[in-house]
Amino acid sequence: MAQPFRLSRGGRIDRTRPIRFTFNGRDVHGFQGDTVASALLAEGRHLVGRSFKYHRPRGILSHGSDEPSALLSVDRGPGRIDPNNRASVVEARDGLKTRSQNHWPSLEHDIGAVNDLLSPVFVAGFYYKTFMWPRKFWDKVYEPFIRAAAGLGKAPTEADPDRYANRHAHCDVLVVGAGPAGLAAALAAARTGKRVILADEQAEPGGALLHETRAEIDGRPASDWLAATLADLDARENVILLSRTTVFGYYNHNHVAMAERVTDHLPNASGTAPRERLWQVRAAEVVLAGGSHERPLVFADNDRPGILLAESVRVFVNRYGVAPGRRIVFATSGASAYTAALDAKAAGLHVALVDLRPEADCGPELRQLRAAGVEVLTGHTVIGSKGAKRVTGLLVAPVGSDGRCGGHRLLPCDCVGMSGGWTPAVHLFSQSRGKLVYDAELDAFVPGTSAQAERSAGSAKGTYDLAACLGEGYAAGAAAAGSAERRAFTATPTATGFLPVRAMPTDANPTKIRAFVDFQNDVTAKDIKLAVREGFHSIEHVKRYTTTGMATDQGKTSNMNALGIVAGQLDKALPGVGTTTFRPPYTPVTFGALVGPARHALFDPIRTTPIHGWAEAHGALFENVALWRRAWYFPKPGEDMHAAVARECAAVREGVGIFDASTLGKIEIVGPDAAEFMNRLYINPWLKLEPGRCRYGLMLKEDGYILDDGVVARVAPDCFHVTTTTGGAARVLAHMEDYLQTEWPDLQVFLTSTTEQWAVIALQGPKARAVIAPLVEGIDLSPEAFPHMAMRTGTICGVPIRLFRVSFTGELGFEINVPADQARAVWEAVYAAGEPYGITPYGTETMHVLRAEKGYIIVGQETDGTVTPDDVGLAGMIAKAKKDFVGKRSLSRPDVVAAGRKQLVGLVTEDPKRVLDEGAQIVADTDQPIPMTMLGHVTSSYWSPNCGRSIAMALVADGRALQGSTLHVTTPEGFISVTVVDPVFLDPKGERINA
Amino acid sequence: MLLIACPHCGNRPETEFRCGGQAHIARPTDPAALDDAAWSEHLFVRANPRGVHAERWCHVHGCGRWFNALRDTVSDRFIETYPAGAEPSRSPDLQTRA
Repeated sequence: MAQPFRLSRGGRIDRTRPIRFTFNGRDVHGFQGDTVASALLAEGRHLVGRSFKYHRPRGILSHGSDEPSALLSVDRGPGRIDPNNRASVVEARDGLKTRSQNHWPSLEHDIGAVNDLLSPVFVAGFYYKTFMWPRKFWDKVYEPFIRAAAGLGKAPTEADPDRYANRHAHCDVLVVGAGPAGLAAALAAARTGKRVILADEQAEPGGALLHETRAEIDGRPASDWLAATLADLDARENVILLSRTTVFGYYNHNHVAMAERVTDHLPNASGTAPRERLWQVRAAEVVLAGGSHERPLVFADNDRPGILLAESVRVFVNRYGVAPGRRIVFATSGASAYTAALDAKAAGLHVALVDLRPEADCGPELRQLRAAGVEVLTGHTVIGSKGAKRVTGLLVAPVGSDGRCGGHRLLPCDCVGMSGGWTPAVHLFSQSRGKLVYDAELDAFVPGTSAQAERSAGSAKGTYDLAACLGEGYAAGAAAAGSAERRAFTATPTATGFLPVRAMPTDANPTKIRAFVDFQNDVTAKDIKLAVREGFHSIEHVKRYTTTGMATDQGKTSNMNALGIVAGQLDKALPGVGTTTFRPPYTPVTFGALVGPARHALFDPIRTTPIHGWAEAHGALFENVALWRRAWYFPKPGEDMHAAVARECAAVREGVGIFDASTLGKIEIVGPDAAEFMNRLYINPWLKLEPGRCRYGLMLKEDGYILDDGVVARVAPDCFHVTTTTGGAARVLAHMEDYLQTEWPDLQVFLTSTTEQWAVIALQGPKARAVIAPLVEGIDLSPEAFPHMAMRTGTICGVPIRLFRVSFTGELGFEINVPADQARAVWEAVYAAGEPYGITPYGTETMHVLRAEKGYIIVGQETDGTVTPDDVGLAGMIAKAKKDFVGKRSLSRPDVVAAGRKQLVGLVTEDPKRVLDEGAQIVADTDQPIPMTMLGHVTSSYWSPNCGRSIAMALVADGRALQGSTLHVTTPEGFISVTVVDPVFLDPKGERINA
Repeated sequence: MLLIACPHCGNRPETEFRCGGQAHIARPTDPAALDDAAWSEHLFVRANPRGVHAERWCHVHGCGRWFNALRDTVSDRFIETYPAGAEPSRSPDLQTRA
């Protein structure tokens, strides 16, 4: 019979809509509204996994996101395998494939279970104690073994094919949790007209009301009240109600992160919806109504499949119409389990209840349950459980006030519902940096002093009575919305109150039993006590040593029991031990949700120039320069990089090359004080630069070190066209803005970035003038009228341009600044005009070689933030007459004027074919003892086709004085000898550039 | 994520801003008049208080303007922000304390 444990009626499932999925390859039948856990239980399956360390059979403990044991691998189709999903959270749907984890060869027969027999060995700190010696075993033996055994589930190997979305939102009141308190809070806040977001992690809003079949609110069944309240909220335009949305992180200034699961529950997700959506909400006020977690009881073999939390038994019966067993024993130290027992009894199941509390301490719930015909054993402890892969009986015994146990009695059963009381979910409050206080009566840490604009309500605050939760929620919601409105609710009284218990009294030898505290990490009470005996007294240390409270559930069910055992062992009251720190996320969040759309092309912006498409079409390879893609070289068929660069270099020196320099940073500096501003920022003089002339400018930081360089043209008396390095554009503009705004606000200057507005087409080589001459109008290109370092405005092919006669190659050169949207057309026209002259496109590699042949520096390559103008031989550019400029005073600092600074030199190798490594270290004497005195390093190194040999630039201590001497440079094969030369390797008189 | 109140734009998330270090350190009008010790003090020495710190901030991904802020370095709380050139309502803790 399908679903033998499905009750004949009841639950919120839709019995008209059957669904089918698989577990370990076998069909599981359920109904719309089931979770994987409830459907498995309806089939009578409790064994769903093996535990982390001992490979013990494990079942379903809980009905919610606190589930530590029932972790499944979920397969939603190709590339969509996700490990470690809690069976109680995954919504059952057609086509899902689920598998159990952590076993071999099968769930039923797991070889790893031998660990359980070896458990006396695997005590707390086992790894630290065992794998210490011999030391050399660590790399080869121990670590590979531990790595293979470690971890739960298998990480997917394929790229995630799903899409994830990201949304920012603002609201006046964010309510976390749509249980009774959260719903009342949202209702109160919404009535004020404020913008409200109500987020709940479950598939349906309602929280505990979803399985409340007994209580009434304001005279009607709780489910009716829930439906009416949801309808009310739904009708309000100012309310956003989000289901399947976990608030997982609470950050500064009420910045709250939420993960919304959009499509996982749909059998046929539409192509456009994302799988998940990350919400980042900035809320003026937050109401935390996230509820509470039930505590397991700590007794021997409390982890057998079939042993659930008591309230979870109630949830499966009432909400899903599933009997977790036919014969259920509830074991409790408090009142709430009585309600679960009543509901199970009402569903027609055989029920008994064992209460640790003496008869006199029990409330009206005792009389009520007995009146229903249920056997109740008060003053009884649980000694242990019987069974193997499913619980078959619970061993109980009366316990006296002295803790002595009486005669054992075996209660046969196929299911146990246990309850050790309740723990408010203070995770988000604690993340918000609020201070927790210990409430002895509730035996729990509850929200104390707030650090942010938030308030807690309901069982998240330790308020367990339904009417009180509703009233408290309403008041919190109203207050968060700035209203003083209050509302009293009437509701059926909730059975509350429990006797705090850490480990159940037992007559067994405590060193012989395994009573689990943390089910996910297989941490027993014995392990925690051992850790304390070994000197781990801080709860944070106990956590890390025993791993209690770690991994995917973060100890939601185990933390209070662990704290209590540590406190008991140290003879301290609970608050004295403190708590471990609560950190985001509250429950696991997929990487996909966090990454969102920032993948592939959207991972990092890519900047391309208007010429990019042309370069691609002409076979360019590209390199990354800051965020830019720049054409690196243009290989012809059969050419390697070396051959292509050699051809491009020769073309520029002998004919003409065309180069895309659009990535250069450009800043327009305009205003009556523009020249004065330039004068203060650059080391050069600017006041007397004529409009139409250019100057190579060098800029320092206040500490005297080179910040950036570039050619600057004076367009008009009050206008400068500044260029910067490709990577330095934003930095230079920020540097200028900083001084302009904060040091010299009196200067009338405007700074505008024009990097993207001007594209730059560089024509370099002896035939450059001949190529552009027929295309340019309005500019006399003759050497006399338009000398080196001049700038003219005119048109090319009818397009307005700023034409610079400048050179970064040492050849006759022009840089055509053209509006970006017309650059491609101009480029193609220039290229066509150049074809009769053999015009050759070249890339950044050739540009680097050509400038190195001339000894031109590149900021960021020859400089590294500790290099002064004099270090690179540019001291002559400093305007002697200027009293001050940024960095000037630092040029006379003692360590800047000291002897022995590293200076720019050229290096040539003895073997002309040998190309040095950039970054290689340089020493004077290879026989000196290690560590050697390193004189400097190679900054640039290339094969120079025009010199017919390798060339290099380097920063070397006192380098200029070492001209002609021999030094030694490191290579992977050892030292090789080099000779120090002048860094200008070609045309030292600069005749070609003025042609 | 912190909210920072730009004096010109209002509250904006911290990712829109860049911190520029200690505030109210004016560039000397005549640096050449300073001896090496005084210049190095100006260049390199900054307060690192445990408490209220006056800092320069720039709303780089917003209005682009520099302003100043008092921030508590213990709680990371911004006490106030004010335009460049204005004075804060209280003085910062300039002493570096252990």
